[in-house]
Amino acid sequence: METNKQSPLYGILAEFETPEQLLDAAAQARDAGYKQMDAYAPFPVEGMSEALGFRDKRVPLLTLIGGFCGGIGGFTLLWWCTTIAYPINIAGRPLFGWPHFIAITFECTVLISALTGTLSMLILNGLPMPYHPVFNVPAFARASSDRFFLCIEEKDAKFNREETMKFLQGLSPLGVSEVER
Amino acid sequence: MAKKARAINASAQAASAGTLTAPGGTGIVPAPGHAAPPVPVGDEETFAIIEPGHTYGSISQKISEIILHGNLWTGWLVGLAMTVSLLLLMLTALSMVILQGVGMWGINIPVGWGFDIISFVWWIGIGHAGTLISAILLLFHQNWRTSINRFAEAMTIFAVMCAGMYPLLHLGRHQYAYWMFPVPNTMQLWPQFRSPLIWDVFAVSTYFTVSATFWYVGLIPDLATLRDRATNRFAKIIYGVFALGWRGSAKHWHRYTAIYLLLAAISTPLVLSVHSVISFDFSVGIVPGWHSTIFPPYFVAGAIFAGFAFVLILAIPMRALCNLRDVITMKHLENCGKVMLATGMVVFYGYLMELFMGYFSRNTYEQYMTTNRMVGPYGPSYWALFFCNGFAPQILWFRKMRTNIPCLFIVSLIVSVGMFLERFVIIVVSLHRDYLPAAWGMYYPTFWDWAQFIGSIGLFSTLFLLFVRVLPSISMAEVRELVHHEGHTAGAGEVAYEEAETSGDGQTTGSNLKPRPAQA
Repeated sequence: METNKQSPLYGILAEFETPEQLLDAAAQARDAGYKQMDAYAPFPVEGMSEALGFRDKRVPLLTLIGGFCGGIGGFTLLWWCTTIAYPINIAGRPLFGWPHFIAITFECTVLISALTGTLSMLILNGLPMPYHPVFNVPAFARASSDRFFLCIEEKDAKFNREETMKFLQGLSPLGVSEVER
Repeated sequence: MAKKARAINASAQAASAGTLTAPGGTGIVPAPGHAAPPVPVGDEETFAIIEPGHTYGSISQKISEIILHGNLWTGWLVGLAMTVSLLLLMLTALSMVILQGVGMWGINIPVGWGFDIISFVWWIGIGHAGTLISAILLLFHQNWRTSINRFAEAMTIFAVMCAGMYPLLHLGRHQYAYWMFPVPNTMQLWPQFRSPLIWDVFAVSTYFTVSATFWYVGLIPDLATLRDRATNRFAKIIYGVFALGWRGSAKHWHRYTAIYLLLAAISTPLVLSVHSVISFDFSVGIVPGWHSTIFPPYFVAGAIFAGFAFVLILAIPMRALCNLRDVITMKHLENCGKVMLATGMVVFYGYLMELFMGYFSRNTYEQYMTTNRMVGPYGPSYWALFFCNGFAPQILWFRKMRTNIPCLFIVSLIVSVGMFLERFVIIVVSLHRDYLPAAWGMYYPTFWDWAQFIGSIGLFSTLFLLFVRVLPSISMAEVRELVHHEGHTAGAGEVAYEEAETSGDGQTTGSNLKPRPAQA
């Protein structure tokens, strides 16, 4: 790594053994003034987003909007089909028999909100993503099994190759490596 | 040797019962002071949610090994050979019905709904336990659901696939199946939305789509684990494609947890609505035995009852074959037994209520329907139903029986048969003698009815066996989280318990247990 100083970097990655160490490291990095960083863990670590200062409420909001659209859309479809497009008299029952529409309206609400929520989660996360630089670090293969990583990214204003490296090494990680682009 | 095994089990139990220094073990351990009496179980069994001593690494290793370097070849192949033969039987029956029409089945007027609709309701009901485990128990913070939720969800999806086939075949003119969906067409026709049969189409297709979405979302982190652990290049690429480039970023987890909980919250009313809608297929009709307001709750309870029985039927062989006794523990089996007992009582209450209402309604046709169920030509099926769903599960009141694996397995099989009989009694027995004696008739399932039903079990089992082989049947990410969580509630970090010295009679007390940190 040291020999290849000229290659552009994505960031510097530190490896930890437990989620507690990772939380602690993220908090210290934030205190040190780093903002552009990300943590990698094999399961959702409670308090991680707060430690990174990350907030995003768009997924629940979009799910809610999807639900409203599904419900209103479904009900409108039923109303339009039964009263305007294909009014058919069955045993003299009212065409706009709204109690009969409840089940399908509900199913449409559920379907559209679930699909909107899932798609918005994937799209906001930038998935599918065929390439990402962190995978260039061989040790990162364990990020999906039992290791915890903190990556301070190059785009951070305070990022400096030597100093950031030194800072991360000061957090007593298992190892620190540069992430090539 | 037996004594030692007993001591280990007792210590695991004491740990899970919170007699040790377990501060605030909410949701994981029974209430303090409610230490269950030790029940002797085999050497490898434990009552903890997960065998103590597991780490993040050991979980990932253990579950991905089953798939990536599996050793279950012989048993699996024999199983697959059997299930594929059944699947072929189903394909034959299916081709027969498509080519020759539904006349191949025993259905006719007055019994227009036979094995096809019985099997449809049976399979859908089985699916419901999967959603209950994955969604409702998640919302209630029932941590024990974690290790059984993945395969239970797979069970849901495969069961809904089997179920969905029947109404399509029952249409008779399969080429017009799309008429059930609101598709703009040149005939300017639209579906008749005021019919419960159309609600059914929407309910079942939504249920399938949402369950599959929920399942896939849950699978993404595990597919990433498989991608990272695979040594075979082909496997790496395939798992990599389906993992969508998941890298476990905290930002990703943030949104992921949000949608996972939301999907659980959405699926909870969905699962209740699906079986309610299915019960409307009957209760909106005016046939005696169908036209009843008790149907929705009693169908939902029956679905969960049947589903948990099926979870046990699948879990018991799977944990033995894949050697998963430390992840799917005695605790899970026992809890499934408890849910079966509780929902079974609701179902049994439904049966008794139907009997009572038949008498209380003072309606000739209702009264005749009730009598006809008991002493009519199909009488034995009613009494068998009472035995299977009403009496057989009562054995689960005894903890000794709930923790006895063969007993649980047999009760589950009996319950599955019972649930089939329940739908037989509701559908066929109600239809075959309704208002007009001149229009009465009998229904006898033909060979093709049986072939279609038994074959659909083959379809289900084939899909399930393939699933066990290529996808993690236990959610690795969630179990890692569970290990993390368990480590916290048991003390600090990962704690294993030293084997307790037994004091004379083999009784173990909490003070004998010494926590020691696990080897790193």
